Amino acid sequence: MINMKKTKQEKINNSVGIVETQYFTFAEPGNEFKFESGDALGPITLAYETYGRLNPDKSNAILVLHALSGDAHAAGVRGEQDDAGWWDDMIGPGKAFDTKRYFIICSNVIGGCKGSTGPSSVNPETGKPYALDFPFITVADMVHAQRRLIDHFGIDKLLCVAGGSMGGMQALQWAASYPDRVKSAIPIATTLKHSPQQIAFNEVIRQSIMADPAWRDGNYYGHGQPEKGLSVARMIGHITFMSDQSMEEKFSRRLKNDTFSFGFEADFEVEGYLRYRGANFVKRFDANSYLYITKAIDYFDLSGGRLIPHGRDIDTRFLIISFKSDWLYPSYQQQEIVRALKRRRVDATYCELTSAYGHDAFLIEAEEQTTLIKHFLDKTFNGYLVADRHGN
Amino acid sequence: METENITLDHRMIYSIVAPGSRVLDLGCGEGELLYPLVRDKQVRAQGIELDDKAIQGCVKKGLSVFHDDIENSLREFPDHSFDYVILNQSMQEVKKVDDVIHEALRIGHQVVVGFPNFAYIKSRFMLFFRGKAPVTGSLPHLWFDTPNVRFLSITDFKRFCKEKNIRIVEAHYLGEKEEIRFWPNLLASNAIFVLTRKRQ
Repeated sequence: MINMKKTKQEKINNSVGIVETQYFTFAEPGNEFKFESGDALGPITLAYETYGRLNPDKSNAILVLHALSGDAHAAGVRGEQDDAGWWDDMIGPGKAFDTKRYFIICSNVIGGCKGSTGPSSVNPETGKPYALDFPFITVADMVHAQRRLIDHFGIDKLLCVAGGSMGGMQALQWAASYPDRVKSAIPIATTLKHSPQQIAFNEVIRQSIMADPAWRDGNYYGHGQPEKGLSVARMIGHITFMSDQSMEEKFSRRLKNDTFSFGFEADFEVEGYLRYRGANFVKRFDANSYLYITKAIDYFDLSGGRLIPHGRDIDTRFLIISFKSDWLYPSYQQQEIVRALKRRRVDATYCELTSAYGHDAFLIEAEEQTTLIKHFLDKTFNGYLVADRHGN
Repeated sequence: METENITLDHRMIYSIVAPGSRVLDLGCGEGELLYPLVRDKQVRAQGIELDDKAIQGCVKKGLSVFHDDIENSLREFPDHSFDYVILNQSMQEVKKVDDVIHEALRIGHQVVVGFPNFAYIKSRFMLFFRGKAPVTGSLPHLWFDTPNVRFLSITDFKRFCKEKNIRIVEAHYLGEKEEIRFWPNLLASNAIFVLTRKRQ
């Protein structure tokens, strides 16, 4: 991992430093947020963080979009004990998303559980969490809510929308819903629509949560999370995020102790790893949010010309990145995005990067992604002449 | 354009392409040809390249490029998407040449093809007198590691165009240092053709 090659001092030097999560509330009663399902709800709060400085003409703003279990904390640390944000290798001074030049915004999705309004939020009318009364969400709902935040900043046109996996879906949805408001989009390790295989994994994930009696039809608040179900759900996820090769390199068949237990203990390191990840996840992520968000990404479908509706020209530029060992979002799905763009003569770049990390690569492979993203943004922001001055 | 370190074929293609046009370069490498066109002639450029290191080179230059092989990459482009489709020094590596040129003529108004001439005098000498597969400046690879799968002469290509009903708009024959005017099939190491579809 790139991360490990750096010394601690280097990491601190390249970090955005101490950051603070902020909150934006909109859609007050009488002016509720309308969901794609037809339901309406308000008020809605979005948790967000920003890094760097918005320039006077508000032309340097980049919206970074998180994946399924991500949050608004994309870079820096929120205090002494805090972990660095989920894309800290990519966001900071001199990094791919260079905070010396750009203003980066990242918000937690609607329906999430990291400070934005979701099923675990308290319904002001009942004083209890919404649980399954929360409206079903879609990727378009996530994007429409983010648009309100961008309006709040007074930003007319984003320089870029970027993200991996579900973050990439949001980037595509931004280009589809608000083509005039995004100058460029960077969808990474993502798809125009889930395949039956991807829906199937999500269905097993949902069933494992709902099969846990502790789930109580979604009304587990006050009783504790459906720990067994949620941790199994996350274990399934982690298997799909890695590759055969990365698992071999990370665990092989190594044992936790020297001998077999001849019992159902975690004998192999890979078992211990999955159990640890599962148990950890229960502490940080709401089970209902996991159900809602997995459903949203299964519903997502911008295939069949929906990415760029007919009769409309768009001047959004695209950079599409895939990873060779990603079998959860295989390269053919990114190539499908490229084909949709070719048909409409959209300016685009596509690169399949070599990596052994599987779907996780978009979080880990900083170096090659940095080269691509940095120069793509430079061209988008400055055009050719400045790129030339920087000396190629 | 700065002419130092720029190969004769690139200089020739650079002069052919009209300012402000839309250009697709098949097998664009690190964008050595596209970059000056974009910088000096405000061309709207798109590259296609299979090598991922070369793609990083293109992106560093601010060029748009698709990671793909030439043979699979053309189908989705609508008709007349480009003013020029360039197939320079890459046609000899293509298996289905006929299909690629046909598709290129569909998506581009003009197709610029550049290739090494297998009937160049130095190649003939090597084959005739030394009995060895030619290795020359324009055909630099040994037989066992050449990426080339097609070996053709200028005469072969002209005949191909005639049979396929393709109109040759311009033809340029290049020696190692300058343009060749006489007996190109013997004296030119490289050829550049500008093609278009014959009107029905």
